[in-house]
Amino acid sequence: MEYESVIGLEVHAQLDTAAKIFCGCSTEFGAEGNSQTCPICLGMPGVLPVLNKRAVELALRSILAVGGQVQPKSIFARKNYFYPDLPKGYQISQYERPLGTGGSVTVHLDGLAKRVGITRIHLEEDAGKSFHPEGRAIEYSLVDVNRCGVPLIEIVSEPEIRSPEEAYAYLVALKQILQYTEVSRADMEKGKLRCDANVSVRPKGQKEFGTKTELKNMNSFRAVQKALEVEIARQIKIIDSGGKVVQETLLWDEDRQAVAPMRAKEFSDDYRYFPEPDLLPLEVSMDWLESVRKGLPELPEARRRRFIEVFSLSDYDASLLTSERAIADYYETAVGLYPNPKMVANWINVEVFRFLKEKKIFIDDLKVPAAELAALLKKLDSSSLSNTMAKEVLAAMVETGKTVEAVVAQKGLVQESDEAVLDGWVREVISAFPKQRESYKAGKKQLLGFFVGETVKKSGGKANPKLVSTLVKKHLGE
Amino acid sequence: MTFQPSDVERYAKLARLALSEEEKARFARELSSVLEYVGQIQKVDTSGITEYETVVPLPPAWREDVVEPSLSVEEALANAPDRKDNFFKVPRVL
Repeated sequence: MEYESVIGLEVHAQLDTAAKIFCGCSTEFGAEGNSQTCPICLGMPGVLPVLNKRAVELALRSILAVGGQVQPKSIFARKNYFYPDLPKGYQISQYERPLGTGGSVTVHLDGLAKRVGITRIHLEEDAGKSFHPEGRAIEYSLVDVNRCGVPLIEIVSEPEIRSPEEAYAYLVALKQILQYTEVSRADMEKGKLRCDANVSVRPKGQKEFGTKTELKNMNSFRAVQKALEVEIARQIKIIDSGGKVVQETLLWDEDRQAVAPMRAKEFSDDYRYFPEPDLLPLEVSMDWLESVRKGLPELPEARRRRFIEVFSLSDYDASLLTSERAIADYYETAVGLYPNPKMVANWINVEVFRFLKEKKIFIDDLKVPAAELAALLKKLDSSSLSNTMAKEVLAAMVETGKTVEAVVAQKGLVQESDEAVLDGWVREVISAFPKQRESYKAGKKQLLGFFVGETVKKSGGKANPKLVSTLVKKHLGE
Repeated sequence: MTFQPSDVERYAKLARLALSEEEKARFARELSSVLEYVGQIQKVDTSGITEYETVVPLPPAWREDVVEPSLSVEEALANAPDRKDNFFKVPRVL
């Protein structure tokens, strides 16, 4: 039988605030254990939470960015459970009345665009972190409370994702939106983005959902995709052999590339939510919402479409350039100074991206500002630098942070356009390759590129290829 | 609504409380009577009354996104029954 999978994702993103959501402790990543705590986030008796306005603002941005509705009044609720990393014994979250509902994320897969609906976006606080030191005899766990009270939004998708690849594409698109709007750094390695998945399978064409399982403990977008693949295969195997899928929570084991049931006692699903008595209902005025809306940057999808329209770029080029806001900004600055959209796109998507990858840096850390890239391409365009030389100059600029002018002067990289000098090189090359010369004369005109290439090589990349080409033709009797 | 001893048992378990059979029966009885008493409120006709969460209108209380000094690690761990290095030490959970 042919099956279809039904996937819904729950993403937790850390809001990019300086302080925690209900107290003034820092949210800085990587601090010494338990050095960022206070009576509020430690859950001492008698303390009161006070809501961080910036956290709400960032959550509002995220809701507007996916086209959702902000609820004028939302309510905080207590989610009650016992776990050592939760000192209060409850997590402050939102339940029946979340801050945001609806909206969608546009996902691109295999050249097709699809909207995945958003069910809700709500505010909540993070729990602490527990460590489980390795070793059989070790009978303790360790707890660091620094993360307790770090502001999060939970973004719940509709069960509209139909394949693990689509889940991956959704996460990429969502991360892009969160980064563009500066809602979250959305860095999974630093725990700033986490994703749980709900998945079920059903015979193709059937309307009712099958029994779902929940997958947790995936540490990367690829792990989410892989875990879904493994779990879908497992569910299909069960159903095909006449069994029934049990609704349960499964943990992804990255080392074994397998899922295993979470032990039942670890969590109870009876959270006894009730309205948080220590916080007033969260009211968002129209004025506030309007000012947040005005502060929204152009979103990745809109920017991608604009790049295609205004700069006549391919879908591929536009997608790469808008993959990060900083790269798109870099591109626009460079194109503003050197209005050749296609050429700038090529240089960024090939050369610049290679350096970013090699050096494992972000474009903000690149020592070549957009204006200098534009200056380099102008030189290339005016034939004062050859393509090879321009690449060499860029590499030097990336290393040293020097300007185009400085690198060119230092390396003595000036394109050779003196006809007498070029003529000498061309003659030498032609006499060095008598066989090719005869073939060319016999009509194999595509060898022109070969002679030009050899001449440029001989010149150490300095020869102006356009002039060389003319000279080669002249010498070979055209 | 009335509480059965089995309800008490469930909530006691969620609250990590160990109760004797006698206590379960007694709390079921007592909680039922509390619920019944509070339940009188349900009889009030509230149709036409706007929903509100607070009796006194309060201005929203906000915190600006400003980092304030935290406790020292020593202070944070001062009340911990057990610790190891910088961390709270608890019975193994995984």
